[in-house]
Amino acid sequence: MLELKSLHDRFGYDLTESSFRDNRRIVVPSEKVYYVLEHLWRECGFDMLVEMTAADYLEYPGATDRFGVMYVLLNTTSGERLIVKTHLNLPELELPSVYPLWHSADWMEREVYDMFGITFAGHPDLRRILMPEEFTAYPLRKDYPLKGRGERHNFPVITRAES
Amino acid sequence: MPLTLADTLPTDTDEREYLWTLNFGPQHPATHTTLRLVLTLDGERVVDAVPHIGYLHSGFEKLGEHLDFNQYVTIVDRMNYVSPVANEIAWHHAVEKLLGVELTPRCKYLRTILAELMRLHDHLLNVGTAALDLGAFTAFLYGFQQRENIYDIIEYASGQRFHASYTRVGGVLFDVNNAWVEKVRKFIKEMPPTIDEIDKLLTRNRIFIDRTKGIGVLNKVDAINYGATGPIARASGVVRDLRKDEPYLAYGDLDFKVVCSEGGDCYARYLLRMREMAESLKIIEQALENIPGGPVNVDPGTDLVLPAKPAVYRSIEGLIQHFEVLMPNRGFDVPCEELYAATESPNGELGFYIVADGNVRAYRARTRPPSFIHFAMLPHMIRGYQLSDLVAILGSINIIAAELDR
Amino acid sequence: MAVGLPENVFLTRLDAAASWARSNSLWPMPFATACCGIELMATAASRHDMARFGAEVMRFSPRQCDLLIVAGRVVMKMLPVLQRIWLQMPEPKWCISMGACACTGGVFDTYAVVQGVDRFIPVDMYVPGCPPRPEQLLAALIEMQQKIMRTGTFTGREFAKRTTSDGPPPFDRDEVRRLQEASVVPGLDIYTPPGIQLGNTGK
Repeated sequence: MLELKSLHDRFGYDLTESSFRDNRRIVVPSEKVYYVLEHLWRECGFDMLVEMTAADYLEYPGATDRFGVMYVLLNTTSGERLIVKTHLNLPELELPSVYPLWHSADWMEREVYDMFGITFAGHPDLRRILMPEEFTAYPLRKDYPLKGRGERHNFPVITRAES
Repeated sequence: MPLTLADTLPTDTDEREYLWTLNFGPQHPATHTTLRLVLTLDGERVVDAVPHIGYLHSGFEKLGEHLDFNQYVTIVDRMNYVSPVANEIAWHHAVEKLLGVELTPRCKYLRTILAELMRLHDHLLNVGTAALDLGAFTAFLYGFQQRENIYDIIEYASGQRFHASYTRVGGVLFDVNNAWVEKVRKFIKEMPPTIDEIDKLLTRNRIFIDRTKGIGVLNKVDAINYGATGPIARASGVVRDLRKDEPYLAYGDLDFKVVCSEGGDCYARYLLRMREMAESLKIIEQALENIPGGPVNVDPGTDLVLPAKPAVYRSIEGLIQHFEVLMPNRGFDVPCEELYAATESPNGELGFYIVADGNVRAYRARTRPPSFIHFAMLPHMIRGYQLSDLVAILGSINIIAAELDR
Repeated sequence: MAVGLPENVFLTRLDAAASWARSNSLWPMPFATACCGIELMATAASRHDMARFGAEVMRFSPRQCDLLIVAGRVVMKMLPVLQRIWLQMPEPKWCISMGACACTGGVFDTYAVVQGVDRFIPVDMYVPGCPPRPEQLLAALIEMQQKIMRTGTFTGREFAKRTTSDGPPPFDRDEVRRLQEASVVPGLDIYTPPGIQLGNTGK
């Protein structure tokens, strides 16, 4: 079992831990998150990055930071799970990429960039993955409306006579 | 032009002139719908493959922020559309964990039976279309015939062939009766001969073996690093199955084996799926014989499920419970927390990361889609193989475009 | 066949013969995107057999087909592909829009899904349902056959008269209101794809 004390000794005391149902979560400041993840990968045996996602806390009651990025890790030999969370604020939406540690982060980071606008330094190929390349907005942010801003119908119409 | 085939993409532009680019476009006959691969080929050998996705991105996650926990199940259905009820079971597993709801034993067994039926559904389609892409049309038709029987079972329970929207928070939509149990019993008697027929057509078929053995090998270290779960990881030697490692629903009481392999190639994945189908039939049989009686939804007094209609019309408690669930300012008691919960869907680990803010709608409902993670491994798996192997590999890693793009 | 000839019995018989041949051997082009694609495959499988109606040959090349079945939701990234496939199909051609998502956008009234393929492609038959049962698709196929029998011509004159779009305009009142209400964000242009340059945009 991972002890928070060993992480506190290495990385300082601004890491907090909480747990809910059976999820264990660690909240890390964004400057240290790469080093914490690297330590978890290299020494603590968390060899699979199951999920990496983000959330926009603009309308969340009691939120202090705008964006949160979550990494869900799994240790395949012992079956232990851990969620590492970090917070970001406009305008510096940048994190170091964890692609050198887990290759599954490749597309997950591209999706977070596409949907939220958070860039990852050191990613091999950071471009939009789900939306078209020419799209300019970040859809999953809370200030983007559900039905879009008219991009979905901006196409030429083909009638019978031409086709 | 060099005499030997290229292994990796050459950096010198002079050498790159003889490589050609093929667009394996969003519309193509290998029926995996709306994926696009831009291949760089040296003759027939694939040097590099760049996938482009997003041709079916419909904004599921944004819709999750505007729909109720019970309404979103209709959308979650449409994600992995070859095993729809499995997605609903995964979503409501996450929601019920968040709300702290304990299901009745009957509901657990019923959901287990449906999850295993959906596993059969998915594996039949996958084996069928993998065979179809390699030219074996008959296996596809045999598989689809049995899938029609499963559609009949789901229709009998919920009213819809697929996209049943059958589960609800704390239970299911309608309870099932003995006639349904008889129908499932009849189905599991008729299913093994079909699996044997598909087996006879494909497993020792010289052409099928030549086209799938040794193709698309994924070793164990890479499988873990790239995040593979489910049949693909188990075929590469990663012994992990969420039904055994983190038991949920009724899997803790049932006796079944987890099928693993060490080959890591397309043939291993095909054999693994066939054996998993046999194991699923065993699970369904055990669950069917032991299905407990009692109510299928949790007690209406907990304000999570709708009470029975006679109670709503005839007693004041029923009416109050009905309003407690449905009125806009009432509803579930949702804690202001975040949760990640996963189940073993036929494709891999299907998890949901739900951020809740006390409202009856999720603040953020993120899906961990197994197809998305597996498709990212494709450039790694295809390098060095030939163009026709691409079709075999695409068929063996079960890519469902709606789960890929959400 | 010169088009200016008056309608005489010989020409009408030829029209009827050509329509009969075309309607009973419709080769579908399955544009299967999502869940309706699985129902399309189920319609072609052994229980509900589409081959009995002449529509067995599902060639995946648009150059060889005459019936485009749009099955599934069409996303704005995929719409230029759909338009290109429609233009690649040779005349005479017809289109069936299968499923709620292809008819009107369905459950997905979101930023990415086109609210009805008939805004951008001429559609002849709509099949509602989510997904439509195979029997519904077969009923649509039979009605399509009857429509071709009724209105088909040997030379395809019936298509040349339809110069305007039949479906709703892409920017209807709802979308225009949404565009006007959208707050001005610096650098955010409405995405204009490099589209097909056609004469009549019907806008």
